[in-house]
Amino acid sequence: MSANGTAAPEGPKEFAFKPEYLERAKHIIAKYPPGKQASAVMPLLDLAQRQNDNWLPRVAMDYVADMLAMPRIRVYEVATFYTMYNLKPVGKHFVQVCTTTPCWLRGSDDVVKACKRKLGIELGETTADGQFTVIEVECLGACVNAPMVQINDDYYEDLDGPSTEKLLDALSRGERPVAGPVSGRQTSSPAGGLTSLKTPMSKSNSAQTASSTQGDD
Amino acid sequence: MLRDEDRIFTNLYGFEDFGLEAARTRGDWDNTKDLILKGRDWIINETKESGLRGRGGAGFSTGLKWSFMPKQTGVRPHYLVINADEGEPGTCKDRDLMRHDPHKLIEGCLIASFAIGANACYIYIRGEFYNESSNLQRAIDEAYAAGLIGKNACGAGWDFDLYLHRGAGAYICGEETALIESLEGKKGQPRNKPPFPAQAGLYSCPTTVNNVESIAVVPTILRRGAAWFAGLGRPKNTGTKVFSISGHVNNPCNVEEEMGIPLKELIEKHAGGVRGGWDNLLAIIPGGSSVPLLPRSICDTVLMDFDSLRDQRSGLGTAAVIVMDKSTDVVKAIARLSKFYMHESCGQCTPCREGTGWMWRVMERMVQGKARIDEIDMLFDVTKEIEGHTICALGDAAAWPVQGLIRHFRPEMERRILQYTGTQRVAAE
Repeated sequence: MSANGTAAPEGPKEFAFKPEYLERAKHIIAKYPPGKQASAVMPLLDLAQRQNDNWLPRVAMDYVADMLAMPRIRVYEVATFYTMYNLKPVGKHFVQVCTTTPCWLRGSDDVVKACKRKLGIELGETTADGQFTVIEVECLGACVNAPMVQINDDYYEDLDGPSTEKLLDALSRGERPVAGPVSGRQTSSPAGGLTSLKTPMSKSNSAQTASSTQGDD
Repeated sequence: MLRDEDRIFTNLYGFEDFGLEAARTRGDWDNTKDLILKGRDWIINETKESGLRGRGGAGFSTGLKWSFMPKQTGVRPHYLVINADEGEPGTCKDRDLMRHDPHKLIEGCLIASFAIGANACYIYIRGEFYNESSNLQRAIDEAYAAGLIGKNACGAGWDFDLYLHRGAGAYICGEETALIESLEGKKGQPRNKPPFPAQAGLYSCPTTVNNVESIAVVPTILRRGAAWFAGLGRPKNTGTKVFSISGHVNNPCNVEEEMGIPLKELIEKHAGGVRGGWDNLLAIIPGGSSVPLLPRSICDTVLMDFDSLRDQRSGLGTAAVIVMDKSTDVVKAIARLSKFYMHESCGQCTPCREGTGWMWRVMERMVQGKARIDEIDMLFDVTKEIEGHTICALGDAAAWPVQGLIRHFRPEMERRILQYTGTQRVAAE
């Protein structure tokens, strides 16, 4: 359960979707049967957060509640239950370090240390320039590529201390490093060479996981 | 070892494109119409005959689950809901199926929905899988554009809509009734059963919730025949399975293998062996964080399937194999899982809400040995008070790793306590 941020931070005084987001919101609401528009609350809160620099102020929750004809308290319940809603401002690069057992076994402590050392902050803090926030999270579901971090929408995998520092350096320089295993291996395949699927079943074009910007509708 | 021609997920690693054209060359969407025209009873029977058991952890017969849905659709529509809220520590298989082979899942959704009389299906994918959901959505859009889903899907006379729904960070939503609550726009808190989802699930309508892998294998089973799938593995534990091998192995990876493969062979063939060799092995969690760990002596010979692992008082779970070599602080490894369950408890049932935190605090003391010997027994007793006394299985899942630790590593826990007590005594003198 999430409880990141109990005191209400200063946020915008009002909130409304920009036209492009309003279109996407309508498209999302249409996925659910008539009268069941409350089902859209989670994706709409996500949209609102994307529009508002990756955090969710109270006015945005109220806006979503009104749009879906839901009691505001029901929306607050959702916003505080799920961990992905940030209830206070976060840095431009929102770094989530997985430290659950599979990542811990492969050195997530070093990843945490590298983040603290490079950025000069503790877990849960944001750098003074507003560039980075680092938090510890529970299993992100990339365990065979452990240890790993999620930065905004992207997973960076097969990390260790030095590669984590390199990653943060690249982000500081304004680059967007390619997501996936920094070790260079192909996704979740064994690093020592393929043990199955050695002959391709079909010949087709290139194969990286797309890193598109339109994921939620 | 499973032959490549018997592998279902031939693009597991994403060497090839995930899109429709490439998926067709891998055999997806080949005569789907004919499969549908064979009828519901045939689909359900073939799936039952194949021996397919749910790949999300519980291992219940997929075909049998479908047969619990009402035979006729009444005023309330039927729904299929896909549980893609993958989050069991150690598990990352559905992620690969969705980002690299999404058309297998989409085709399976159509066939399974037809079999249970559903014209609509929701895929509930964990929110953190943003790029995975992008791929999946693109594949869904392609399937619509090609007439494979939508009105008169595949020209088979069945209207079928498929929607992707992203979660927002809550392990508990992998529990099917919590998932349904969440999909309705609420906190993900599990419901009491009965009523079971097949009677009253999403929007109080008859609903079946299936794991991604369970559904994604169905089209291949129907094409190649139930006998083919049932011929792999062992009786009641048939088919292939995608394993996730993490932790202290030389080459962590996902791999599709035959059900019932010996654990040792799985690790040595595909994951490059245990770091430092098999003799350096301490323990393995064989099926995701919720199942009790196994000491090396059992790992030497155990087979990776539902019944073999149950006989060793553990479980296949999600087939996520977490390997720990002798350098591991095993008490700390399990204490970290206790922290995970404390964090993920939805707070609804007192034994789980209070018990997960209590277990974690005691486990943290056990890591240091800052406890009394009889507190090990008390810890065990408390796990038994949590297990079976909550609405959903999260309480059980939190209790089992601790029980497994005490069962197999009690001497290590006692050693730490005696050592700590000893240092305290020396300090006092």
